Amino acid sequence: MNFSVLTSQFWSLLLSGISLGLIYVLIALGYTMVYGVLRLINFANSEIFMVGTFAVVFAETGLTGHTLDSEPLKGTQLFLTLGLAMLIAMAASGFTAVMVEILAYRRLRARGNNRLASLISAIGMSIALSEAASVLTDARPQSNPRLLEKTSLGEIAGANFRIDTVIVLVAAVVMFILLDRFVNKTRIGIAIRAVSMSEENAKLMGVNLNRVISITFLVGGIMTGAAAFLFMTVYETTKFTVGFNLGLAAFTAAVLGGIGNLRGAFYGGVTLGIMETMSAAVLGSQWKAVTVFVILVLVLLVRPNGLFGEAIQQARA
Amino acid sequence: MLNLRDAGSHFWDRLNPIQRKIFVVVAIAFLFVVPYLNEFGPTSFLNTPIASFKDALVYPIGMFVLMALGLNIVVGKSGLLDLGYVAFFAIGAYTGAILSTTTGLNMWEILPIGIALAMLSGFILGLPTLRLRGDYLAIVTLGFGEITRIVVLNSKFTGGTNGVPNIPPPPKVGPVVFNIMNPQNYYYLIVVMILLTIWMIRRLSVRRAGRAWEAIRQDEDVAMLMGVPTLKYKLWSFTIGAAVGGAAGVVFASKVMVIAPGMFDFQVSILILACVVFGGIGNIWGVVLGATLLAYIPERIRFLTDTRQLAFGLVLVIMMNFRPDGLLPRKKREKIKEKAKETK
Repeated sequence: MNFSVLTSQFWSLLLSGISLGLIYVLIALGYTMVYGVLRLINFANSEIFMVGTFAVVFAETGLTGHTLDSEPLKGTQLFLTLGLAMLIAMAASGFTAVMVEILAYRRLRARGNNRLASLISAIGMSIALSEAASVLTDARPQSNPRLLEKTSLGEIAGANFRIDTVIVLVAAVVMFILLDRFVNKTRIGIAIRAVSMSEENAKLMGVNLNRVISITFLVGGIMTGAAAFLFMTVYETTKFTVGFNLGLAAFTAAVLGGIGNLRGAFYGGVTLGIMETMSAAVLGSQWKAVTVFVILVLVLLVRPNGLFGEAIQQARA
Repeated sequence: MLNLRDAGSHFWDRLNPIQRKIFVVVAIAFLFVVPYLNEFGPTSFLNTPIASFKDALVYPIGMFVLMALGLNIVVGKSGLLDLGYVAFFAIGAYTGAILSTTTGLNMWEILPIGIALAMLSGFILGLPTLRLRGDYLAIVTLGFGEITRIVVLNSKFTGGTNGVPNIPPPPKVGPVVFNIMNPQNYYYLIVVMILLTIWMIRRLSVRRAGRAWEAIRQDEDVAMLMGVPTLKYKLWSFTIGAAVGGAAGVVFASKVMVIAPGMFDFQVSILILACVVFGGIGNIWGVVLGATLLAYIPERIRFLTDTRQLAFGLVLVIMMNFRPDGLLPRKKREKIKEKAKETK
């Protein structure tokens, strides 16, 4: 126990907590979007994230020909390479998410409501995806080259604003705002919300259910892919098991904020990131998961619908 | 699609009492010879390539059947999604390991203590969390499973990463000796435990508790309105499920003799849940069949070292898509109505 860390490094811990939390937010959006329309935990989302991280490695080495000891890039070239990597990660994750929907969910959905069968089917997809990645990479960790020189942009009250931290802060917030606009303003977004309120009535109003659900998976997958890109920019290494812990944390974040609620996922993710970083500093990093879960249970006891409530008042699950 | 469960129950209905007795005797005799099946010509294809067949029968197969039956009380009977069932298994195993290495107690004396501790932890976990809605219960139990693993990984009294070594095997009962040379005796012990569990579940199912669980599973609000004390019966199903997991854990520790935190990770919870759903949720025989298959197949195809888990995942997806109610689905309500008409 070392509580003095909290006062001496407060701002630094807060910054790294927020940047970790924002990565959680983007993954949590994948969970919360799917939960919103299907009322199902998409267990394969952690593997959708994993696929995204491998896509980043592929884009930055195989596709653009950089190696692990390449010099950091500058100017337009840097911007284009990172942009390409991000797009490829988003495309790979989005594609995987749609495939998961088609292979694991669609047929079961057509046969009526069977929640547990869908859950096991998604778990099967998750095992298959992570094992496929393990076979393809010989279960070895993969690293991407440091194309971005990690210079510091300045320090405020002891918190070091490194360039990758700033990219995470900006990119995650921009992605979140785009998604929020998309869901609230566009026609497809309205259809998604209609389905999440009542599948039956949305269908009667002429919403193409399968299409909307596929798009929801796609959008959730794209967000998760963006998270994978940001994760790889900061941590620079991945493994076929990378999804498990991050997915678990992101799902906890979604529940903490109120699952099915986009803004809830945002606040939940940031809260969780801060709590995790602070508790790791005080108690040692091996206990952070325990602290997080204890807090989650306490929150759920006081507020059974999460800190910020669920978006749609729903009948019991 | 052919309902194997109904086919099985029709078969049973058509037998007269004497045929039934013969069937039961044959079934028990079959269970008795199972450990030696790999040694005969026609059934030698059952042999597992890496682990010895008799060891594989104890863990994973026997243990998975036992735990799947325990989890079935929670998930199948009362419809509570528990994603952290491995925690009770771990609590049982560590109780067995620590008590048998530090005190002079033997496994038979520790078994009730392990069961009691697992039930107690189930009660403490269930009391606040069983008020929550289904999906939240899932995440909280998942968290509990992880917390248990992290605590045993990082505590001194559990031996940290190395776990607990040198756990003594149970003392012999009459002529039955428990040691590495005789894994089939552990198998017989587990078969007895499985039969006891099945007997317990069947007795409970037709009593007040079973009816309350059924009502809660179908519609909790209606059950509450009808005067079923839902929290009380949900707690009961949770603690009884935990008891089975704890018992499995104590026996497991004395069989493998060394336990480490890595044996109790999230994958185990998921696998056991998969056993329940794969076999046919809520139906005892389906769960037994599902657990046997899901524990046996990965052992049998161990020669596919790399792609084994990949194949396993795909099998889960395909199975769930084509038989979402599992191999032997539970009795349908229509069938109950049909029967009621007949008896009138």
